[in-house]
Amino acid sequence: MGVPAIEAEGLVRTFGNVTALDGIDLAVTEGTVFGLLGPNGAGKTTAIRILSTLLKPHAGRATVGGFDVLTQPAEVRRRIGLTGQYAAVDELLSGEENLYMIGRLLGVSSREARSRAGALLDRFDLADAASKLVKTYSGGMRRRLDLAASLVGRPPFLYLDEPTTGLDPRSRLDLWDLIRQLVAEGTTVLLTTQYLDEADRLADDIVVIDHGRVIAAGTPLDLKTRVGGQVLQAHPLDPADLAATEQILHQFAADGDGSHVEGQVVSVTIADRSALGHAVRKLDEAGIAVEDLSLRRPSLDEVFLAITGHTATEELENEQAQEGSNA
Amino acid sequence: MTVETTVLPGRPNVVGNTLTIARRNLLHIRANPEQLVEMTIQPLMFLVLFVYVFGGAIAGSSREYLQFALPGILVQGIAFTPFTTALGLNSDFTKGLIDRFRSLPIARSAVVGGRIAADGVRVVWSALIMTGFGVALGFRFGGGFAGAIGALILVTAFGITMCWPMAFIGVTARTPESVNTWGFMIILPLTFLSSAFVPIETMPGWLEALARVNPITAFIDATRGLMLGGAVATPVLKSIGWLVAITVLFSPLTIARYRNRI
Ligand SMILES: Nc1ncnc2c1ncn2[C@@H]1O[C@H](COP(=O)(O)OP(=O)(O)O)[C@@H](O)[C@H]1O
Ligand SMILES: [Mg+2]
Repeated sequence: MGVPAIEAEGLVRTFGNVTALDGIDLAVTEGTVFGLLGPNGAGKTTAIRILSTLLKPHAGRATVGGFDVLTQPAEVRRRIGLTGQYAAVDELLSGEENLYMIGRLLGVSSREARSRAGALLDRFDLADAASKLVKTYSGGMRRRLDLAASLVGRPPFLYLDEPTTGLDPRSRLDLWDLIRQLVAEGTTVLLTTQYLDEADRLADDIVVIDHGRVIAAGTPLDLKTRVGGQVLQAHPLDPADLAATEQILHQFAADGDGSHVEGQVVSVTIADRSALGHAVRKLDEAGIAVEDLSLRRPSLDEVFLAITGHTATEELENEQAQEGSNA
Repeated sequence: MTVETTVLPGRPNVVGNTLTIARRNLLHIRANPEQLVEMTIQPLMFLVLFVYVFGGAIAGSSREYLQFALPGILVQGIAFTPFTTALGLNSDFTKGLIDRFRSLPIARSAVVGGRIAADGVRVVWSALIMTGFGVALGFRFGGGFAGAIGALILVTAFGITMCWPMAFIGVTARTPESVNTWGFMIILPLTFLSSAFVPIETMPGWLEALARVNPITAFIDATRGLMLGGAVATPVLKSIGWLVAITVLFSPLTIARYRNRI
């Protein structure tokens, strides 16, 4: 493997007395997807903004395609496409006009700018709305147009800052497909996300950051191995059965993990899937009726718990709840 | 869209980039037709209100007052046009569009420059509408065709120049409300504390002194001289001095702020 396509060493950035980045190293291999995973406020956007030349680091260095973000920002900008956390499209223009404008700004001829705009609108399923003003677009359409806008210049490096936050599950899957296509065509993607499953599905390499520091790095498989298996959850119908339910589930806990209770729900990280069947039987034998018994993938909180011994901040959950209701 | 056919964007082209942004800003008028009303009806309203409400009292008759006041009302109306630049830039920042523009390999001055170029078009439009309406109401040029063209060029240059301090407010303020507050706090007193509506000799001594050094007075005196005929050398030279000074001071400040705002 040669020199990394995107490389950062010891990036530090503060805002007043908040340290957004506290010495981060990244190395992204050309033609792969790199996932920057972390809760809200971890420093993901700050890192993307530094790598996009929008923000200067207070210490450390970074190169994109071999060009230094501080000393050769113009060269870096010629090679990147940025899709920020919030859709940066002009609401008072049509979708077509937005893409045409970007093409013209990039020095493409008028005819070529129109043809690129048309091709991207087709590809992103926006052809029907091409001449409508963007202010009439839905959230998902804006996101797609925003991604299309960052592709007009056919950049070899694409940054996606939380591209699926707030999208419905279907749009999310569509976007994942588009990202995979772009990578198949040779684009190097740096993606930030708050969702472990997203990083798991898309990324070749993942770096987990929290409070501006790297707390884990590796392939999705490495991380999942460290986090352990899936989580078994039970919600007894009668709150009086909570303690008994916990005792039963505790037997299935993976090595070194305990069960824990939150509200009326008992959860436990299990070593293998057969635990579900056994748990059903044991609960039945004990005469405990459950409202819900389910297996799910570990959440970001559980990844954090496994890696750091503490959960990601409460704010994350509030934030996600808000974004969910806005979508 | 395969890698082999990828050609990286070339070096930024300042003029082309600026024109593309100017076109974008003018296209906004279609989505926001109120802008057209603002550019057209509002100046006319001012003209009618001032001439017919105050005209009789100030100058004895509306017709005579129209001769005196049209150049002043013209300059005043144009002093407000750059609010579009300020509010537009501010909204581009808050909506995240500036991040997109700043991440593209384009000229750093193009986004501000394009706004200002679009406002230049609005300024010419407003000036023509107001002057045309003034003539319909009975205004007569005393400075001939050359004077009329000279006045149009001067007020256009004035409008474009005033875009720079307003652009500075636009890229500095955090909210559109604060753009409006600062803009009005500066532009409104400047336009009234001038020779726009009354001869400054009629003001109390201390106000007269302020009005005399007010750059807007220089522009109004020059425009009035050109439109009515009369001595113009001194106010025109003063105006050009102000145009240069305001541009030299505010354009680098604004571009630096645009580049570095977080
Ligand atoms: N422009 C800014 N001014 C002040 N603080 C900021 C600014 N941008 C980010 N921060 C702070 O830096 C930290 C990291 O923010 P950010 O990079 O946006 O995190 P993420 O994208 O992972 O949610 C947060 O505590 C945030 O409040
Ligand atoms: Mg963020």
